[in-house]
Amino acid sequence: MSTTDGPTLIPDDASAQEIADREAKMRQRKGWFPGLSDKWNALPRQTQWLILIVVVVIAYLLPILNPPLITTEPGNNWQIALAQMSVYALVAVGLNVVVGYAGLLDLGYVAFFALGSYTAAMFTSPDSPYVHIPYLWTLPLAMAVAMFFGVVLGVPTLRLRGDYLAIVTLGFGEIVRILATIIPAMKGQVGFQNVGHPPGTDSSGQPIFLNSSGTPWYWLTLTIIIVVLLAAGNLERSRVGRAWIAIREDEDAAEIMGVPTFKYKVWAFAIGASVGGLSGALFAGQVGFVNNQKFDIATSILFVAAVVMGGTGNKVGAILGGALVAYIPLRFTAIAEFKYLIFGAALVVIMIFRPGGLLPARQSLLAYGRLAYNKLKGAAGDIPASGKVVLEQGKGADNE
Amino acid sequence: MISEVIPNLLHSVPVDDTWITFDVNSFTQNFWSSTFDGLTFGAIYALVALGYTLVYGVLNLINFAHSEVFITGCYGVFFTLSALNFGPSAPRLGFWAIVGNLVLALVVAIIASALMAVIVERVAYKPLRQRKAPRLAFLITAIGVSFAIQYTIYWWRGPSPEAALTMFRPLAIFDVFGTIIDSQQVVIVVAAIILMIATDQFIRRSRTGRGIRAVAQDPDTATLMGVNKEKIIVTTFIIGGILAGAAALFYVMKIPSGVQYNGGFILGVKAFAAAVLGGIGNVRGALLGGLLIGLIGNYGQVLLGSSQWTDVVAFVVLVLVLIVRPEGVLGSSLGKSKA
Repeated sequence: MSTTDGPTLIPDDASAQEIADREAKMRQRKGWFPGLSDKWNALPRQTQWLILIVVVVIAYLLPILNPPLITTEPGNNWQIALAQMSVYALVAVGLNVVVGYAGLLDLGYVAFFALGSYTAAMFTSPDSPYVHIPYLWTLPLAMAVAMFFGVVLGVPTLRLRGDYLAIVTLGFGEIVRILATIIPAMKGQVGFQNVGHPPGTDSSGQPIFLNSSGTPWYWLTLTIIIVVLLAAGNLERSRVGRAWIAIREDEDAAEIMGVPTFKYKVWAFAIGASVGGLSGALFAGQVGFVNNQKFDIATSILFVAAVVMGGTGNKVGAILGGALVAYIPLRFTAIAEFKYLIFGAALVVIMIFRPGGLLPARQSLLAYGRLAYNKLKGAAGDIPASGKVVLEQGKGADNE
Repeated sequence: MISEVIPNLLHSVPVDDTWITFDVNSFTQNFWSSTFDGLTFGAIYALVALGYTLVYGVLNLINFAHSEVFITGCYGVFFTLSALNFGPSAPRLGFWAIVGNLVLALVVAIIASALMAVIVERVAYKPLRQRKAPRLAFLITAIGVSFAIQYTIYWWRGPSPEAALTMFRPLAIFDVFGTIIDSQQVVIVVAAIILMIATDQFIRRSRTGRGIRAVAQDPDTATLMGVNKEKIIVTTFIIGGILAGAAALFYVMKIPSGVQYNGGFILGVKAFAAAVLGGIGNVRGALLGGLLIGLIGNYGQVLLGSSQWTDVVAFVVLVLVLIVRPEGVLGSSLGKSKA
């Protein structure tokens, strides 16, 4: 340690080593796969993309592969289970924007999911007296409706913090559910049958998208998830995303540093809501039946559980969490009476052993570019004019 | 295309029959009866809300499993009274025998709830506290424990509610402003208020209460001053459990058919709303919030003509109040309250 009184601004080699050691130890304690995220970050962009493509291809092949042990059969149709898991994953990706990025605890997210479902049902179901439009049109419409209500809810309530916001959103979720019961046009428990589906028939003239077929819905939702992920990733790295992280870490400090916190909180709410509406519309299409029973507070809290279990603020974690929340009850249908018991216990155990979620958010320096990040982490050597990072063996971040 | 769609849209949208009507007549007629009923429910909400508020004050977390602590108490009441031959009709017993039986049920419910509260604390919160987990993690373990308890009951007792019990025939009926108040309402409100005053005084005057306030204000400093933080936390959970157990007895009195595996959930949400409305972390706020939520819900129900509206009205008022007073009506002050 240095002998001067004040804090040393430039650490000498010894203390730098000390800091690095401590960091490495912390990382090892934190992860199941120590150093994996650093190794991943140290890979060249091209290799990362290649690996991602392989992962995506495997994801697309899942319904055909039907891997033993993982599969939900014989209890549940694996393809339909996958479709439901993908819808939950999309929900979690949307909610992750609100809870994970902006740090707003939204316990009423199911309201937006319900709004999306009802939009799809009321504009496509033959039970509905309203004008009918093709199913695919309802996807952007559902997003718009949910986003509108996200702003309507957000503008008056986002002055509230933390648990006060939580209870207000919880109340909003419950209000939407009860209104669906009370308002005659939403047909309460009777609900809407035969919600529409995307067009297209196979060679034998059967429609491709049936309620009994999971695979096309899974592929559709997976594609949408990828698109949403790309958009969310760009948002995360943009000015908006940095504002969100700042708000999450310390709202007052962000406000003082000139971040218009209220505006960005409404942004987060609206964007999260629109993804919720989209997933609701997809859910309504796949299940084909919408009534007031599916949008209770318990479901809403499950959504939050999905995000937190996966790892708040981590896109991949959110997908994993969402899929798991749908998967665990489906997988254990064989012991149906215990499945929610197992689910509850699993939540407790996971959170006790992984308090940050399965994949904790990278506390990476989002404010910096990738190059600066690597340089600060000691991964990069010289940065040539081309901007390409040259990795030096022995000096990389994976050298622990 | 658009020109085809728009007239089509205009024609095919049906004008619904009105789904929201204000029945002022019914409201004025039933004003007093809904007031007394609202106060009864409010007292029950307030007792449950105290459990939320105390834990929030000390640990700064929403104890989502508190509704399961409450429903455990309900099952305690149900099993005790079933064993004592209370059924669809109350047994013909003398006054003191009935009081004795009810007190026995109360004691069982309190023990069951307090035990459950301690189990929840041990399983869901203590391990996380020791690992210094982020706050959201506590929320999720609370939800997990809540699910586990609910579905343990589900697996054991099945999905349908337990058979309704009649506690006692109305013993005395008062007539106030032309409205009948039965003895149950009086018993519930009076007992609940006595319990709440006792809790308030306990927290204000006793040594343990001082410890609770100290931990609520600043856990680290309190520890340095010789307060045993862990003990205080467990005590807080036990007090919350005791109050939830008492609320369980009153709840089964008021809604005999409400004992069900998930029966505590909505009540828990409303009690939490009550705690927030009064100012979470504020013991007197929980009383005020509970009574307000009970009254407002009941007024809304009478005014709008359907019991479905109870929750909607309660939540809408909650949102409106919070927009004007973001800290709740009385503000949050378990830690700040003066000795």
